[in-house]
Amino acid sequence: MATRDEIKFLSNPNIGKDNKKYCRFRKFGIRHIDYKDADFLLQFVNEQGKLLPRRITGNSLKYQKKVAIAVKRARHLALMPYVADLLK
Amino acid sequence: MNQYEVTFIIDPILPGDEIEKAAQAYEKLLKDDSCSIVNVDHMGLKQLAYPINKRNSGVYKCIEFQSDKQDIVPKMELAMRRDERIIRYLTIKLDKYGIKYNDDKRNGRIGKKKSKEEAEAEKLTVIKDDLTLIEGIDSKVSKLLSVAGIKSYAALSEKSQDDIKSILSRGGSNYLNYDPTTWTDQAQLAADGNWSKLNEMKDKLKYGDSVSEEE
Repeated sequence: MATRDEIKFLSNPNIGKDNKKYCRFRKFGIRHIDYKDADFLLQFVNEQGKLLPRRITGNSLKYQKKVAIAVKRARHLALMPYVADLLK
Repeated sequence: MNQYEVTFIIDPILPGDEIEKAAQAYEKLLKDDSCSIVNVDHMGLKQLAYPINKRNSGVYKCIEFQSDKQDIVPKMELAMRRDERIIRYLTIKLDKYGIKYNDDKRNGRIGKKKSKEEAEAEKLTVIKDDLTLIEGIDSKVSKLLSVAGIKSYAALSEKSQDDIKSILSRGGSNYLNYDPTTWTDQAQLAADGNWSKLNEMKDKLKYGDSVSEEE
């Protein structure tokens, strides 16, 4: 028998809240993504070092493409791994 | 006129001057081809994210240069490919945003937080010595002295006892109990880097203190 605490979250508590995703590059006016800044690019990959999709990061198409290029450059220069486990 | 940026990794096994030589060779190669070098960034020794040629770390260098010749990049890359000291390289043509970004970064307009911390760290290491290492000076007194412009051992050793006494008396009645007679001698030892002698002296002074307390 489910207690009251357990049934509290049967519906998604985030529904109705206005947490809209946004493109951080557009919002903060960042025009250039530096491939040498590996710590920054780490925000756009998952634990295995794979690029996160736009639907999760919220980037606009223009900047998602630039992020992808920057991550690939960082990988070439061994600043980021091509494959990894427990990157974060 | 195009602006390019070449980042390359040098083999860390080479001796230190060899690494610098390798970087300077490419600076020279670019300069000889009438390129103007905008900036050379020594990013330093870094851990590689994955091993390359059985190396786990590398020395990163980044040269930013301007050129209006089309053939300079393939020429330089060919030289790098033939060079065994270079583990890997990447050449980028910068767009106007990239040029602005690099310029801002050099002038500290990006990543403000970091530059501030670095500046503070520099201040602490370069100008200030830890005056509290001198027997008889605690953090309060060292603060008072640094306000009076005495921040290093050398500066303290140059002051006479009367100078220090007058600084202390300006600090108020709390500082009257301090006895600065040995401070200049101790500071002289510290400024010379004569730590063993200083420790000896401190031990003597401490012993004297404890005797007076017993009395």
